[in-house]
Amino acid sequence: MTAPVIWIGIPLGLAALLFILPRERLIAYIGTLVALALAGIAYWIPPGTAQRIGALSLLIEPSLSVLGRQITLDSGDQTLLILVYGIAAFWFFGTLATGQARQVVSLGLAVIALLVASLAVRPFLYAALLIEMAVLVAVPLLAPPGSRPGRGLLRFLIHQTFAMPFILLAGFLLSGVEAGPADVAQIVQSALLLLMGFAFLLAVFPLNTWIPLLAEESSPYAVGFILTILPTFGLVLALNFIDRFSWLRNSAQLPSILQTVGLTTLVTAGIWAAFQRHLGRIVAYAIIAETGVSLLALSLPDQQIGLQILFYLFIPRALALGVWTISITILQRRAGDLRFSAFQGLAREYPLACAGIVFANLALSGAPLLAAFPIRQALWENLAGQSLWPAFWFGLASLGLWVIALRSLAVFTMFPENTEWTSLETWPQRILIILGLLGLFALGLFPQWARPLLSNLPAMFEYLGK
Amino acid sequence: MASALSWGVVFLLIITSVGLLVSREWRWSMALLAGQYFAAFWLVSLHWPLTMAAAKLITGWMAAAALGMTQINAREYQSGEASWPQGRVFRLFSAGLVLLAVFTTSPSVTDWLPGAGLPDVTGAFTLISLGLLHLGMTASPLRVTLGLLTVLLGFETLYAAVENSILVAGLLSAVTLGLALAGSYLVILTSAEEAP
Repeated sequence: MTAPVIWIGIPLGLAALLFILPRERLIAYIGTLVALALAGIAYWIPPGTAQRIGALSLLIEPSLSVLGRQITLDSGDQTLLILVYGIAAFWFFGTLATGQARQVVSLGLAVIALLVASLAVRPFLYAALLIEMAVLVAVPLLAPPGSRPGRGLLRFLIHQTFAMPFILLAGFLLSGVEAGPADVAQIVQSALLLLMGFAFLLAVFPLNTWIPLLAEESSPYAVGFILTILPTFGLVLALNFIDRFSWLRNSAQLPSILQTVGLTTLVTAGIWAAFQRHLGRIVAYAIIAETGVSLLALSLPDQQIGLQILFYLFIPRALALGVWTISITILQRRAGDLRFSAFQGLAREYPLACAGIVFANLALSGAPLLAAFPIRQALWENLAGQSLWPAFWFGLASLGLWVIALRSLAVFTMFPENTEWTSLETWPQRILIILGLLGLFALGLFPQWARPLLSNLPAMFEYLGK
Repeated sequence: MASALSWGVVFLLIITSVGLLVSREWRWSMALLAGQYFAAFWLVSLHWPLTMAAAKLITGWMAAAALGMTQINAREYQSGEASWPQGRVFRLFSAGLVLLAVFTTSPSVTDWLPGAGLPDVTGAFTLISLGLLHLGMTASPLRVTLGLLTVLLGFETLYAAVENSILVAGLLSAVTLGLALAGSYLVILTSAEEAP
């Protein structure tokens, strides 16, 4: 069997099968187990590397030819496969608490398979097409039957669709730049197209207005899942471009462009988050801020450190967003709304869900002892080493996210006197939130635990990884 | 002769895309969308083998059919657009301005893309810019889908001149169909919500 069949074909087929299964819990369990199995296979039998198990020798062929082109997943992709399917298993398991397994698991599995295909297609320029297909599959995930599609969803569709033509055309022009003598006009044209394509794809400032709108209209858990997975692959595609084209890799302007765009995105998100009164919108701004942080990491002069920071942020981000959106979904069922006014005093009825929201928010703001702290601290230190201004703005944005976490806490604890403490969360909800919170603290206290998994990730890039 | 025919096709693209912008009746919109794909097929067939170009035409017609069938079954959704101004004269005037910009800029863009002739670039830019104008004037799922399909078709026409991979043709067809299906799904949701 070939690697594309295992990590792309099987999940796609299973996604269709899961969609027609009658029981939501069964879908959640099967989806979680399959995602875990795919992560496990990637761990124990990396594609393209023969493994001996007793008398058996197993080899997963890395390539598959489709319509004259290669779809290849080799040993360099091993870590990303483990990471992506591991994160998927966590989110799919979370549907036991949120109850949206049919959408999140079945369509989510299809989205992930298409995104993995975007990683595997050669030449990598065609990845933009597969990312667009994943976006289209995400539409029913974000607007399940019975809901009304709002402006946020339409803008999501428009913006993400715009990214594809820009990236494909930029790829074509860049190939010309790489092949022939450097033509300044052509370089500028291709760079502008590339910038526009990734600005739409990664939803940087000011092309991210759809994220808060979408978070207001759609299920927080579905939005959290899609906006954890999509930007991750968008960033990997961006890194592929930087890795593949030497003039881009060695460009003196690229770090300053990335820093400016990253800081603008981060600071606007951080400051605007501080003034929100809607839990969905707060998550949205935190997600936007994370994109800014990733771009800032890529802007560091030492590309190796930048890559390490970028990849080390993947797990804390997925964990924090998972805990955050599970907790919000639990409270939403009780309050019926996501505005602050509906959540006053809920800490005594839903202490774990409220703790989940506050701690996940603090984790993404880079609070000490929590998962993202060591990595954000490293990034902050590196930024300060360059200049104090970026470090100042980084601190200000983090402060904005801190402030909104404290405001949320204040709202949750506004209960009348003599209110009894109770815990109305169900057992699966309690277990998931507690596990998530323990994970957030564990990664904050022992960041080295993620090292064996993540340290190999840069190896998927031919030049950047060296 | 071929060049004159190509310019004739560009004229057809202008008619169909302006028609899509102005038309309020979904049946006309579907017919214009189908005509748009036919015109683009001609431009694409100048660069691609006929069978591959025909695949694009058929995909486009399938997309139009999917949207049309959804509209037949859905409750008639006449989007009372909230934004101002809404009149046909305004839309025609905007389209005229956009077309002026297209005809001004197309010759210089032809230099960027070796292999793409002036009719290709003008036709593609007409579709892209009028599709963008369409997207800027609507918040209705059906109209948004039509706008996106128009923009995408413009890009495909341009991209066909520089890339003739079968995989890309297949993936672009899948994206076109996927977009039409996603649009149909959104139309159904909107219609179900509005039903009494």
